Amino acid sequence: MQWEIVIGLEVHTQLSTQSKIFSGASTAYGALPNTQASFVDLALPGVLPVLNRGAVERAIKFGLAVNAKINSPSIFARKNYFYPDLPKGYQISQYERPIVEGGSIGIQMGETEKTIRLTRAHLEEDAGKSLHEDFHGMSGIDLNRAGTPLLEIVSEPDLRSSAEAVAYAKTLHALVRWIGICDGNMQEGSFRCDANVSVRPLGQEKYGTRCEIKNLNSFRFLEKAIDFEVGRQIEILEDGGSIRQETRLFDANKGETRTMRTKEDANDYRYFPDPDLLPVEIAPDWIEQLRASLPELPQVRRERYVIEYGLSGYDAAVLTSSREMADYFEAMARQLPECAKLCANWIMGDISARLNRDGLDIAECPVGAAHVVQLINRIQDGTISGKAAKTVFESLWQGEHGQNVDAIIEAKGLKQMSDNSALEKLIDDVLAANAQQVADYRGGKEKAFNALVGQVMKAAQGKANPAQVNALLKEKLG
Amino acid sequence: MTLSINDVKQVAGLAYIKVSEEEAEAALSQLSGIFKLIETMQAVDTSHVEPMSHAQDLVQRLREDKVTESDQRDLCQSIAPQVENGLYLVPKVIE
Repeated sequence: MQWEIVIGLEVHTQLSTQSKIFSGASTAYGALPNTQASFVDLALPGVLPVLNRGAVERAIKFGLAVNAKINSPSIFARKNYFYPDLPKGYQISQYERPIVEGGSIGIQMGETEKTIRLTRAHLEEDAGKSLHEDFHGMSGIDLNRAGTPLLEIVSEPDLRSSAEAVAYAKTLHALVRWIGICDGNMQEGSFRCDANVSVRPLGQEKYGTRCEIKNLNSFRFLEKAIDFEVGRQIEILEDGGSIRQETRLFDANKGETRTMRTKEDANDYRYFPDPDLLPVEIAPDWIEQLRASLPELPQVRRERYVIEYGLSGYDAAVLTSSREMADYFEAMARQLPECAKLCANWIMGDISARLNRDGLDIAECPVGAAHVVQLINRIQDGTISGKAAKTVFESLWQGEHGQNVDAIIEAKGLKQMSDNSALEKLIDDVLAANAQQVADYRGGKEKAFNALVGQVMKAAQGKANPAQVNALLKEKLG
Repeated sequence: MTLSINDVKQVAGLAYIKVSEEEAEAALSQLSGIFKLIETMQAVDTSHVEPMSHAQDLVQRLREDKVTESDQRDLCQSIAPQVENGLYLVPKVIE
């Protein structure tokens, strides 16, 4: 039987505020345990939460960036659950009237674009951390993270493969960083995915029973966890079994998912409006002010690169995977609008490869866009070959010769022979030394021509312009 | 809606409240009374009334995003039953 995979993602993005969502404690990462847990975060009697404007603003910005509806009033609710990592006995979240409703995100799969609908995005507080190492048979609780603002972004079950889920997560990750609402640091848990996975016979309308895989904090784990889970579900169904709705954990070491708990019904959380918090009114002029503060969005830039610079959809998607990369590309393409594809190739090829090798981000690239522009100019005007350009680039990377492209070309003797007379002399010498191949070519053996080109290039120590060599050789061999 | 003794026990379980058989019976009759009251109230036509999410007709005040709290760990932990290495110790939570 052919199975169709159905995936929806819930992504928790930590909002980049200075202080917590309901208290004035710091959200800085890595502080000593419980030094950033205030009375409100500890749920001491008599405290009241006061909502952080910065968290609301970031949520609205996200809603605008995905063309969603911004709900006003928006309401906070209590979600009841008992774990010591949230001492109140409930999490302040949103149930009815979340701040962001609907909207969509476009993902690029090869050359085709697919639209993934969003259900909602709501504000909530993060929980603290439980440490289960041995504290005399007890658990240690660090409440520094308790109360950190999260925006939980929920997609519709529109994803049909692990590859699509990863593309969606990456696009979302790029977007929240692009609009500056989340630092996107996955190691520190600023961007965590839960995947709802089910399968159904291809063509069936009704969804299969789903399992939720919790806390996937890397794109690779997301992909592996989904692939494993899909395989597990198909195997059970093909053996005539049925899927039990439950929450599962991904074990990265074993590459498999396992039962964490059977799913409680939504009702079991006994959501109700939090009487400590009043409805949040969002005035239209506040929304417009935030809309005006948004940068040009990745989707818009992507479309612009295709129209303005003639790039493929794929190239445009890669270049807009971060704002820094898109800015780098534009700094180049503005100088070289005719060679935009070449600029794209440099960024996606040599520059990305070199960055990867040193584990750097493009924002940290030691070679600025202006230098690469100079380098491309020297290829374009025939001063150096494409191969020599790679040497110049490495030299720029190392900061040699004051990062002066011309000085590097000069110092390393990389200039191509553009002087026709010198090249002609060299060709004459090669022709004289290879009489047999000349005769072969003249006798109709096309292959002999390439051999002669090779000989000339070798004699020129790679400094000859291949196009020029071709033209001159053709002329001489008549 | 009629409440059963099992409903009472389930809600008690979710709320982590231990109830004896007697207490459950007492809670059942009290809660049933509340449900009756709700039933009576439901006779009122509220189809044109917008639901309230809060008893007061006010709007949430927002705070500026500034750190205003300093570290008071020692003070807070002075009333905690057990602490170690800056962590609060609690009975192990087993999932």
